[in-house]
Amino acid sequence: MTAGELVTVMTGFARTLRAAGVPADHERTQNMMRALSHLDAARPGDVYWAGRLTLCASADDLPRYDRVFHAYFGGLRAGRARPAAVVVTRHTALLSRETGAVEEERPALSAGASATEVLRHRDVARMSAAELAEAHRLLALLRAPRERRESRLFRPSRRGRLDARRTIREALRRGGETARLRYRAHRTRPRRVVLLVDVSGSMTPYADTLLRLAHALVRSEPRATEAFSAGTRLTRLTAELRHRDPGTAMDAVSRAVPDWSGGTRLGEELRRLLTLGDARGATVVIASDGWERGDVSLLAAEMARLSRTAHRVIWVNPHKGQPGYQPLTAGMRAALPYVDDFVAGHSLAAFEELAGLLAGPYARRPREGRPG
Amino acid sequence: MLRRTITASDLESPGQLAELLDREAYLAGEGLATAAFLALRMGRPLFLEGEAGVGKTELARTLAAVLDAPLIRLQCYEGLDGPQVLYDWDFARQLLHLKAAEAGGVTDAARLEGEVYDRRFLIARPLLRALETRPCVLLIDEIDRADVEFEAILLEVLSDFAISIPELGTIRAQEPPVVVLTSNRTREVHDALKRRCLYHWLEHPSFEQEVAILLRRLPGCSETLAEQVAKAAGRLREAGLVKPPGIAESLDWTEALLTLGARELDPGLAAATLGALLKHREDHETVLANGFFGEPRG
Repeated sequence: MTAGELVTVMTGFARTLRAAGVPADHERTQNMMRALSHLDAARPGDVYWAGRLTLCASADDLPRYDRVFHAYFGGLRAGRARPAAVVVTRHTALLSRETGAVEEERPALSAGASATEVLRHRDVARMSAAELAEAHRLLALLRAPRERRESRLFRPSRRGRLDARRTIREALRRGGETARLRYRAHRTRPRRVVLLVDVSGSMTPYADTLLRLAHALVRSEPRATEAFSAGTRLTRLTAELRHRDPGTAMDAVSRAVPDWSGGTRLGEELRRLLTLGDARGATVVIASDGWERGDVSLLAAEMARLSRTAHRVIWVNPHKGQPGYQPLTAGMRAALPYVDDFVAGHSLAAFEELAGLLAGPYARRPREGRPG
Repeated sequence: MLRRTITASDLESPGQLAELLDREAYLAGEGLATAAFLALRMGRPLFLEGEAGVGKTELARTLAAVLDAPLIRLQCYEGLDGPQVLYDWDFARQLLHLKAAEAGGVTDAARLEGEVYDRRFLIARPLLRALETRPCVLLIDEIDRADVEFEAILLEVLSDFAISIPELGTIRAQEPPVVVLTSNRTREVHDALKRRCLYHWLEHPSFEQEVAILLRRLPGCSETLAEQVAKAAGRLREAGLVKPPGIAESLDWTEALLTLGARELDPGLAAATLGALLKHREDHETVLANGFFGEPRG
């Protein structure tokens, strides 16, 4: 193979990888060619590793990389390395839908404060298509500031610890006289929120709205929010939800979620979440009806660990908003002892209440614009 | 055999590097050897990701031994910031200098400033130290524990291998250090940083590799014991534990067994030394309740 042919073959390989979702962009492809120049391009193993080391950016890329490598280079031996995958078990058709009347037509909304007020308290599962669209529009406007916690970084302050750096600068400006001491104090930063949205069959009437809530939360604090879908397989959705436009974000989410309307294995997924480490010190919000299909004792054990690892655990159950609701499902009963706040999640008003919880007990009301 | 210093340009193939690592009792697979080889030859940082205890940190240590270079280690944690990783001024000495100058009647501010911001008042933290030490291996350990802001600092240093100090000028590495970054993947590290690096996902070793590593690292270990430990560790990794044991844990465990004079694994010994292998109460319960090592004798 000539050098030109090699470039053609390898850029074709990178293009195929990109199509499969591996971030093998131009810069990474050049790195691959550079890596290959130090190795033996005639050896399949060297080609495999030159590509894998330069084109992949995460363990999630590796199965895709292996698949494409196999397909593209045919019988060449690919490495066997692969991170442990979560077992996907589908439980379709086990669950019945909660309400059949989602698409029931209602008269078109008349715009006005009172209509909005009624809408705020209505169960999203009982809304007409037009009402739901209006509710989603309002939901996109929801702002959820976060409770602040002390960071390890410092900022100048009037009180606090001595700031030697600024004191010296000041002294120099005065020709070496240390006239005034400067101080510094810890900065604050928003406490992270980790949101799990149950997208299993029993949550079908609420899943879309809850994912839109996730979008609003991610948009409010993009650097302090992680969102996942939960069903049979925990899937990180934060990147998809960063799109400004709710419609685009929802399209991206629906492509990313592998297990719509399946069963729920919350216990296993919480274990996965705890392994990922995102929950440590964060406020964890679980939006689910607690219809656990897996082992309930596992769910209880993982909830216990979660309550020790997370700063706070909030459980959002859409059914809690219905009059006379009792937490009767086995999963819900197992989880409740480890939940700090148990809130409803069926209406806009309930979501606003949740946003209030995330802002923390010392939250100030947003200022109505500054003078000057 | 005469031992001479090896530099990156002496290396001819990943296989040769694997051999050199082997001499320091580190057994690297084809992928890891290729990754380390390319990192050395291309002068790029190596980003190692994988579960705890698969030998990420150990690779950096061994590379330092192979290259006969000092290892500069930066353990990451939340709140790490510039003055802790790049450089800091020695304020106490600066103040003393100012006081001394004041006592000597010097009031020329410009001259004083030049004196106070001198290299001798600068304290080099790990990143600056790595740029000034030649050759060296820089280990940035558990980067996933640091804040996102820290990645920006790192990105700057790893792009140019230079640090700009406003009062002093730019300090550039004459020869880029060998950089190894590790992550336990408790969060995703920013892509901008990853694209500066070679990315390698390090897996738990295969059964054969694990046996070989145990025998290589623990000379007193019998082949039977190594095989039994590797088999048990392999099964435990499949058992859905809170914290599956890595190779670091199986090494600790074997050492514990050897200390107790074990030649073979038996249920009683296994139960007594389990704390070296599993670090969660829940895991102990799971393993003991399921009779994982068989019924204890007696």
